[in-house]
Amino acid sequence: MAFRWKNTLTENDVTPEPLFLNRRQVIGAAAAGLALSGFGAPARAETLEPNEWDDITSYNNFYEFGTGKGDPAKYAHMLTTEPWSVTIDGMVDRPGDYAFEDIMKEMTVEERIYRFRCVERWAMVVPWNGFELADLLEMAGVQSSAKYVAFETALRPDEMPGVSRPVIEWPYVEGLRLDEAMHPLTLVATGIYGRPMPNQNGAPLRLVVPWKYGYKSIKSIVRITLTDTQPPTAWNKYSPEEYGFYSNVNPQVDHPRWSQEYETLIGQGLFAKKTPTRMFNGYEEEVASLYEGMDLVKYH
Amino acid sequence: MGVADRFNSAVRRVPAWTVYAGGAVYAGWVFFQGATGALGPNPVEAIEHAYGEAALYLLIAGLAVTPLRRFSGLNLLKFRRAIGLACFFFVAIHLLTWAVLDVQALDRVWADIVKRPYITVGMAGFVLLLPLAVTSNNLSVRKLGPKWRQLHKLAYPAAVLGAVHYLMLVKGWQLKPLVMLGLILVLLALRLPGIAKSRRTRPAAGVRSSA
Repeated sequence: MAFRWKNTLTENDVTPEPLFLNRRQVIGAAAAGLALSGFGAPARAETLEPNEWDDITSYNNFYEFGTGKGDPAKYAHMLTTEPWSVTIDGMVDRPGDYAFEDIMKEMTVEERIYRFRCVERWAMVVPWNGFELADLLEMAGVQSSAKYVAFETALRPDEMPGVSRPVIEWPYVEGLRLDEAMHPLTLVATGIYGRPMPNQNGAPLRLVVPWKYGYKSIKSIVRITLTDTQPPTAWNKYSPEEYGFYSNVNPQVDHPRWSQEYETLIGQGLFAKKTPTRMFNGYEEEVASLYEGMDLVKYH
Repeated sequence: MGVADRFNSAVRRVPAWTVYAGGAVYAGWVFFQGATGALGPNPVEAIEHAYGEAALYLLIAGLAVTPLRRFSGLNLLKFRRAIGLACFFFVAIHLLTWAVLDVQALDRVWADIVKRPYITVGMAGFVLLLPLAVTSNNLSVRKLGPKWRQLHKLAYPAAVLGAVHYLMLVKGWQLKPLVMLGLILVLLALRLPGIAKSRRTRPAAGVRSSA
């Protein structure tokens, strides 16, 4: 179901790029929570200004193209994104290979301006275009036995210079609990600023889970599998103490190697002030109920 | 004249201060690029990493001087002090960039030093380099005598700590820190008595005079 979540209170949902560059959008955790439940005006609104296109598309972690922040922008042009299909299998009624164009015909693309928080302590604000993952999963028909969703990134040694070395185990895999996957905030993004998704940002379609660290938002997806067991995830396999399955943004749970209490907003220059990390990256109102009663330190 | 001799006589004409000048120009150039946006949207990280890597390259260069002379006859001894001091300079501005521009608060700097192993290791390396920087002058060499040589062997553990610090910081199994640590370990292994002695018999012409 599209448009289940709104973060814009005064403007149209889709803004042409020139206008985009000049505006600020009013959003806030409280505002979003109220919008979700269909009530009134924001209690604690704040302005969220999207990062510039160049920042979003030149500073990336996409290790399949190299570990340097500039490597994806340099090498991701090698990736063939047409044709593209996504295999949806496992506990679904209609398993199969879904062509990207066929998916797009069925989905309602909307604009979502989200905070994006990397585990490395940098943050951005990205104006995504995409559709709710829930809609895609419903298209394939989720069976009642399914409890988790597993995702897999393309693995193409000829097109991905970074996979020649085992930086982590390839292919990149990720996973969500089914209720996380069906949450209205969980997006399959297919564009930024109204343009098609750049390869370095995970073309042609990628996940965006704004309350979790960035590596959960898996790029260039080729497979989605519904399962009843918790799927393995790439960074968790590399270092389970450092990268949990849930990976919710949480200022109280440090990465063992660094504090997560603060973050840097990208694009603020040499003297950018550090800002405090927000619980669930500022989406506490929307998602805290998913984790009620859970030990968020143990299940980090 | 052999290759080594020609190299050595050419190098003799290059003053050691060029190392300081090169280091200062590079450091300034990196900072300028960061300030003007040429290093991408996260300039603090870029500057921090550039300075840290420069320090590691200089550590490797400094450790290479003796084995190079011993095994190939190439003599860069006259640059070694400058390489060492330039290395210290980069470690210091790396640390400063981290503390002032990155972490931005003294209490958090201290918390990181005591709580985060990769930072503890890096700081330990810096502390080991301090007495070396302070005694990198002719007066100290004269005053300390043979103790000076002993003291300056602290560069060995400092180099290992520096490379381990880098290795501990990166995510995933990345090549560059592994290569750097490998190079440092090889350069240290070349100093082990068995290996060093076996090549001692081959004298390098024109070396002693410039030491």
